[in-house]
Amino acid sequence: MTAGAFGAARSMNPVVWLGAPAAMAVIGTVVLATPIKVFGLLLPQPVIPLALAFAWALIRPSVLPPFALLALGLFLDVFWGGPQGLWPLCLLTAYAATLSIRRLITGHGFAALWAWYAAASACAFFAGYLLTILASGAAPSLASTAWAYGWTLLLFPFAHRLIERYADADVRFR
Amino acid sequence: MSLRDGPFGDIRVPLTWSAAAALVIAVIIAAALLLSRQRDPMKTGAYDVARHAVDAVAGPVGGVLAAPVRWAGSGVDYVGDYFLAVSENRRLKTELAQARALHDQLAAETLENARLRAVLGVSTDPPLPHVDAQTVSDAQGPFADTRLANAGAAQGVTEGNPVLSEHGLVGRIVGVTNNVSRVLLLTDPASRTPVILVRTNGRAILSGDGGDSPKLDYVRSALPMRSGDRVLTSGDGGVFPRGLPIGAVVRGPDGVWRVALDSDSAPIDYVQILLFTDFAQIADQKALEPKDLPTAMTEEPSQSIVAPVARAATPGAPAAAAKSPRAPAASAAPATAAAHRQARAKAAASAKAEAAKAAAITEAAPEPAHRPSAHDPAAIARAAREKAAADATAALNAQADAIVSRSVKRPKKSAETAARTHAAHAAPAAPAAPAAPSPDSQDVPL
Repeated sequence: MTAGAFGAARSMNPVVWLGAPAAMAVIGTVVLATPIKVFGLLLPQPVIPLALAFAWALIRPSVLPPFALLALGLFLDVFWGGPQGLWPLCLLTAYAATLSIRRLITGHGFAALWAWYAAASACAFFAGYLLTILASGAAPSLASTAWAYGWTLLLFPFAHRLIERYADADVRFR
Repeated sequence: MSLRDGPFGDIRVPLTWSAAAALVIAVIIAAALLLSRQRDPMKTGAYDVARHAVDAVAGPVGGVLAAPVRWAGSGVDYVGDYFLAVSENRRLKTELAQARALHDQLAAETLENARLRAVLGVSTDPPLPHVDAQTVSDAQGPFADTRLANAGAAQGVTEGNPVLSEHGLVGRIVGVTNNVSRVLLLTDPASRTPVILVRTNGRAILSGDGGDSPKLDYVRSALPMRSGDRVLTSGDGGVFPRGLPIGAVVRGPDGVWRVALDSDSAPIDYVQILLFTDFAQIADQKALEPKDLPTAMTEEPSQSIVAPVARAATPGAPAAAAKSPRAPAASAAPATAAAHRQARAKAAASAKAEAAKAAAITEAAPEPAHRPSAHDPAAIARAAREKAAADATAALNAQADAIVSRSVKRPKKSAETAARTHAAHAAPAAPAAPAAPSPDSQDVPL
């Protein structure tokens, strides 16, 4: 590897691996909030930033993703009308869980990573379930929670593409 | 020298630790936000600036995004109608047969209801002003169920306004910007709605949990619930008007009584926002304002002659008093005036008698042919007789006034004022005046 290529690999632009995916997540969330029914079913509303929380923790440790997730979570709160601070804590829970086992799961295959993604997402939804009970005094519907969780699991290909694209971009974290 | 070229180039822990430190800071911020601002839909002003800004931007954006998707959905439905025409036709025939029977029953019950309302004097609920709006964004998840509607403060929408679709209650407004408002759906975990069960007349609280069918909590009913029981808003607490349709009772798979929402039977795209804030706006405030009552005339019971006169001389007076709200004043005034007139008549009769005596005394003297002179003894005597007669008349008048004062036991002026008040008040109260006997027939206790 040449010195120039080495230098380019080390200088990962945060706008590319943080800003662009975050913007796509925001746009996707707004589009899927369109109030229509197709064949009697509402559009699914997965938690798109959860895929970013998993991918960013695996790509590289950094001080920026937690704050990006904080901002994304606050957007979800104000856009969906939930308790302020709920989704930031959920996203950061998934990020923390993934970051804590990063060395263990780095390099695993697609299916294994999907399973880890499912586990991290489960942590996030469990945190959201508990926090909603504390904030609203009512236990959310398990069926509704499972419905949103299932749609969120289907976002793993998006997270996997991010990991594949940026995980090796910085040689320090190979 | 870069970090990798130095002795710490292979150390990865500090970066992980810095990420962990950033994570901890972010978690603390998020937790502080969650603890500092609990969502309370009923608390006015529980909407921060950021949420207002996002709502104001998301409303138009959602409307633009929703339009093509809505057109596509309409196209899909249009095509789908051809494939489902046969089965839908069969279903509609069945529904039509049921609807005809229900229509007949409804017509009969409507007539009966109208008669009962006429008998009971029950008026229908007053119509409420409303604003039509379109939902432009939908957040339906396990932890929050809200929508954005494209009507806001500019259209008169305020926090707390109920939101209806064409099928039933959808939720209520919890945030308002100028042209966009946020609707908290009945299914939101923070939603609590007092409801009434129509068949059993029971009460309950409809609690959202993020699912499609909210739960019925705190059910209080003499009769057991059954699937299919209709659920309406009870109006308790003043958040919603009474009688808004919500749905029907169903037993959920978890064994909990829930409500299948009427508003779920069709897309909630067009909604009606009732400009209802509390029950005070329904009531006729003008009718509730205190009115000016006629001035009441009161007297000391121990000194009043009104009651004894009314009891002793006018047996019809209590009936007249019961008929007119001014009866106490109207009955007191004629009795006082009658006593006064009677005393004056007696005094006048006495004065006439005394004057006749004085005239008899003066008849012996001849009438003067000219102006009396100071030196005319006859004129001087005539003047002396006239003066004596005038003095006698004045003394008799004074005696008559004394009699009146003793009988009425209040100033003569007050009695005359009462008489004038009676004349003014008793004129409209015509039935009371003829019932009073003439002053001559009254017996005034002295």
